[in-house]
Amino acid sequence: MAMAWIWTVLTGAALLFGLLTGRMDAVASAALEGAGDAVDLCLGIAGAICLWSGLMELMRRSGLMDGLSRLLRPVLIRLFPESEKIPGALDALSINVSANLLGLGNAATPAGIKAAKLLRGEGEAGGGLVRLVVLNTASVQLIPATVCALRASAGARQPFDILPAVWLASAFSVTAGLIAERILRRFFK
Amino acid sequence: MSIIIPALLFGAAAIALLKKTDVFAALTAGAKDGLSVILGIFPALVGILTAARMFRASGAMDALTALIAPVLSFVGIPAETAPLMLVRPLSGSGAMAAASEIITRYGADSFVGRCAAVMLGSTETTFYVIAVYFGAAGIKRSRHTVPSALIADAVGFLAAALFSRLFFPG
Repeated sequence: MAMAWIWTVLTGAALLFGLLTGRMDAVASAALEGAGDAVDLCLGIAGAICLWSGLMELMRRSGLMDGLSRLLRPVLIRLFPESEKIPGALDALSINVSANLLGLGNAATPAGIKAAKLLRGEGEAGGGLVRLVVLNTASVQLIPATVCALRASAGARQPFDILPAVWLASAFSVTAGLIAERILRRFFK
Repeated sequence: MSIIIPALLFGAAAIALLKKTDVFAALTAGAKDGLSVILGIFPALVGILTAARMFRASGAMDALTALIAPVLSFVGIPAETAPLMLVRPLSGSGAMAAASEIITRYGADSFVGRCAAVMLGSTETTFYVIAVYFGAAGIKRSRHTVPSALIADAVGFLAAALFSRLFFPG
């Protein structure tokens, strides 16, 4: 429903401002150009997205994702101590996080939901479940392929030169979310 | 940075081949999935980009930017990224449309364009993820999930602006 509101507010504001500023001609032609932009955008990034999906499928089939998820287990035990007592929870968690790191949304969500069901409390979110969801609402993707494809189609000289900034921003964001979870939990009993 | 992608493409193929995976079949099967990803987001992009272009052409975008510029510039975030930050937690394709609009308008290698790209790459569609996980786990009371997740987003935006500025001065 959020998009229904956004779309209505945006077009309503455009109509109102167009009337007030006398730019109705520009608003009318913009209305027809937007859909063409969507075609350009999709065609511009389609090749890179397909190549990237191919690479991801290769990583999944060759067991690279499973290898990464084994590496993550020691870290995840510390982050989710309760998962040691719940059979299968650590497996689901490590698949979820490793798929997120590689940008494999199709593999991350089912594993994450499985982990969520194992970590849930009695009818409300337990600490572990909140931490899992916060981890998934923050991005930990190592190579944001879609963003780089967007930059490439807009003529960036080096589409991947933003990676160090993305990694640091992601690390700050995830850390802040996990610290916030720890501090806020006592206020939301 | 440029070595990452070629090395990844070769490395993944070499390891997969050693493990007796049919490398090219996996690559093409994945690429086919990529097409459905594009087809899946296209209708939403038609809608969002239409509204976004109208919003900008009417002058409403300039008014919004001017309104929040003082607050955002105080914390070092370029006001031009405001629409992206507003839509980011709500809609993935909306955020992609907003970022693409900013990147093409200001240039992929400009500070604003880079900042928008880093913001998009270092955050997620927060409310969508919360809805999916709690819906699937049958949780009614999300407790402190929403405030924690939004703090993570805000820090992500601040850090995106900070590191875009630090790594690409001038």
